[in-house]
Amino acid sequence: MKLTLKIWRQDSANSKGKMQTYPIDGIEGDMSFLEMLDVLNEGLINKGETPVEFDHDCREGICGSCSLQINGEPHGPDRMVTTCQLHMRSFKDGDTITIEPFRAKAFPVIKDLIVDRSAFDRIQQSGGYVSVNTSGNTLDANAIPINKQDADSAFAAAACIGCGACVAACKNASAMLFTSAKVSQYALLPQGQVEATERVENMVRQMDLEGFGNCTNTGACEIECPKGISLENIARLNREFLSANIKG
Amino acid sequence: MSVLDSKVPKGPLDQKWTAHKNKINLVNPANKRKIDVIVVGTGLAGGAAAASLAELGYNVKTFCYQDSPRRAHSIAAQGGINASKNYQGDGDSNYRLFYDTVKGGDYRSREANVYRLAEVSGNIIDQCVAQGVPFAREYGGQLDNRSFGGVLVSRTFYAKGQTGQQLLLGAYSAMNRQINRGKITPYNRHEMLDLVLVDGKARGIIARDLVTGAIERHSAHAVVLASGGYGNVFFLSTNAMGSNVMAAWRAHRRGAYFANPCFTQIHPTCIPVSGDHQSKLTLMSESLRNDGRIWVPAKKEDADAIRNGKLKPTQIAEEDRDYFLERRYPAFGNLVPRDVASRAAKERCDAGFGVNKTGEAVYLDFDAAIMRYGKEKALISGQKDASDTEVRVLGEEIIAAKYGNLFQMYEKIVDENPYKTPMMIYPAVHYTMGGLWVDYNLQTTIPGCFAAGEANFSDHGANRLGASALMQGLADGYFVLPSTIGDYLADDIATGTIPTDSPEFEAAEKEVTDRMAKMKAGKGLHSVDYYHKKLGKIMWNKCGMSRNEKELKEAIEEIAALRADFWENVKIPGDINTKNQELEKAGRVADFLELGELFAKDALTRNESCGGHFREEYQTPEGEALRDDENFKFVSAWEYKGAPKDAVLHKEELVYENIEVKTRSYK
Repeated sequence: MKLTLKIWRQDSANSKGKMQTYPIDGIEGDMSFLEMLDVLNEGLINKGETPVEFDHDCREGICGSCSLQINGEPHGPDRMVTTCQLHMRSFKDGDTITIEPFRAKAFPVIKDLIVDRSAFDRIQQSGGYVSVNTSGNTLDANAIPINKQDADSAFAAAACIGCGACVAACKNASAMLFTSAKVSQYALLPQGQVEATERVENMVRQMDLEGFGNCTNTGACEIECPKGISLENIARLNREFLSANIKG
Repeated sequence: MSVLDSKVPKGPLDQKWTAHKNKINLVNPANKRKIDVIVVGTGLAGGAAAASLAELGYNVKTFCYQDSPRRAHSIAAQGGINASKNYQGDGDSNYRLFYDTVKGGDYRSREANVYRLAEVSGNIIDQCVAQGVPFAREYGGQLDNRSFGGVLVSRTFYAKGQTGQQLLLGAYSAMNRQINRGKITPYNRHEMLDLVLVDGKARGIIARDLVTGAIERHSAHAVVLASGGYGNVFFLSTNAMGSNVMAAWRAHRRGAYFANPCFTQIHPTCIPVSGDHQSKLTLMSESLRNDGRIWVPAKKEDADAIRNGKLKPTQIAEEDRDYFLERRYPAFGNLVPRDVASRAAKERCDAGFGVNKTGEAVYLDFDAAIMRYGKEKALISGQKDASDTEVRVLGEEIIAAKYGNLFQMYEKIVDENPYKTPMMIYPAVHYTMGGLWVDYNLQTTIPGCFAAGEANFSDHGANRLGASALMQGLADGYFVLPSTIGDYLADDIATGTIPTDSPEFEAAEKEVTDRMAKMKAGKGLHSVDYYHKKLGKIMWNKCGMSRNEKELKEAIEEIAALRADFWENVKIPGDINTKNQELEKAGRVADFLELGELFAKDALTRNESCGGHFREEYQTPEGEALRDDENFKFVSAWEYKGAPKDAVLHKEELVYENIEVKTRSYK
């Protein structure tokens, strides 16, 4: 197929960016979206132009590196997939595709389509862990039985890949879905109970410090999330936060 | 007498590790604060090591090329992690896990290391559960297990098809705790470009800030390389796009011996290549072989008709299917080890029974499992006379709960529904058993330079069993290195901070910048990918699933020529001093072009077939691998001497005192 790509180009964090148009031909449906960009870049390199930079690594939807706002949607038109799992069969010959970086104040652009998502790391550092030493001198793994439903719900929350689509999808650029997924994973497990109060307070504080917006329960994050992280997690975070404040 | 001293402690096998820990030197807590450690790579081995070392009190700096430690490629491991917990009561024990691992590795791994691995495996699960890793559980609240290839017990712990992700997030959370305390300083989007030696000891690294392009010097009292494997030397593999050998290879060039480079795992169940645009291959977890049956049509005309699109796999009658693994290996069936399964699939496809357009695919079929599970579910939910359609619906639900994410991945890539039609799979490069040579303490031949996880060679011999990579990475990182590194660092309590303005750092930085300038000065004929793809073709065709003397010799010549071409003609757009992904790739491919040649040389030297290394000249009449224990029961450790052709072979003889070395049979 023949396509027209409109891609955000920006040299560095401090330079001004702009959309640039690239016609491209010979794209097959079996190519992934990133393989289509590989083809574009190979062509640009051979023409002596600078290739388009984008984050990517595992290319199987689990590392969370790839981002991209495709036709206005994080990870493009398909549901429950990351950009690397999006295939060109989702587009038609002659389509125009706009490709931009994830947009949020807390995710500044580094170059072209690459943004800085280290704010997510700092939220996790502020409390996204259980304070247990790695000595191996813990209880036997089966000493505390955990209800299967709770274990499964904790897993579902822990499946977040930290890509940032929730922030990019949100009109307020809120990181509530991301933060609540981590808070929920621990809130649902006995191991997380001891530090529950501090955890939710610290993580929410850090989230606010990073400049993410507030949650207004629109739910765009849940729709765009490639891993199906549920809005229930946000409700759980709110409960945890409220109860932490009461315990204060 | 070999120059290689494995430092395996004396004494009975099951007491070596405890006795060793009791004897080695310790560093007192006040002194640990004065000691710096660099950890390169933040996957399971690196992340676990960094967290544990920081927790002990050392000052740790971590380096990863990704934008966050959480994205290291351990994240993509799917099926599970082994541990000899014997929760299923099916007779598992440390010895059995040890035995299976040594046998699975075709008797080319070091006994004492493997036993230690088995010994700490149970602790890993305890540790991870304490960290809040949400493993799969049974309805009674206890942990669930599944089976993996090459074993007759259920010892694999898992979290759906995302076990690596959950374990890595556990290690990352332990790292975050230490980052929050200021004990780990993370350098993300940084790449190690060289190892710096001072007075013969590893004392730091030269790294590049991948955002600004700045070259940085970082010093430490010890350097841990946990930078993963080198499967991307094949271009197409299940590794992440950025996975590379640079850290290990730079250490090799500085004096660390590189062991068994030709021991590479070709994983049997990956999604087949679809065209020239392909950038990477996707694994379908080995856990699928618990429930999936592998087959090809028994009649060639049926295979032809399928390839031409005239027949569908579901139209082929049961008696016209060849379940070739069940046929050849009745005892283990579809759960034979990976090397055996891969070769069997290749044999069928080479004989003309392949089932996709290129003839390079076999079926992985879940129909029987769907019906079996469905029937059971119908019975326990009170539907005693459920119809086939009802049973199928129930069965599909169960399969979805077990492997849903894998089925979804498959459907997205191939555009076919694997619940309704069998998956097509073909072997692909997945893991490298070879790596930096290390002794029992995980120290390389450079004092102060340690290697952990896939980056070292020690535990998997010539073939790794499924669900053992996660076990090894975490064992090395959480439990082995934190003990053994102290023994080395005990001599450094009075050393003080290592300065970075020494002539050694100066010289190493200059070498790095000169190398980049030389690369950039290429004539600009071809892109980096052009060379990487060419290298990958040579590797796959001549150093892949089966190898022979003639082609290995050709490969050596061709790779050397390609390397010369690369340095003369490569094209790298953009500047050195900025973010430049093509420059990053070029540095990695340059190293692969050296490693590839050593790989072929190693394969040529090893005149036997064992594990993932199959030499066509050495096979039984039935086409099974023919090992030569008399002449090749050793680890090949290569010393760098300039060009790969000049590398010098050192041998570590392998001694088996606790296990009988015999022909590996899964029949």
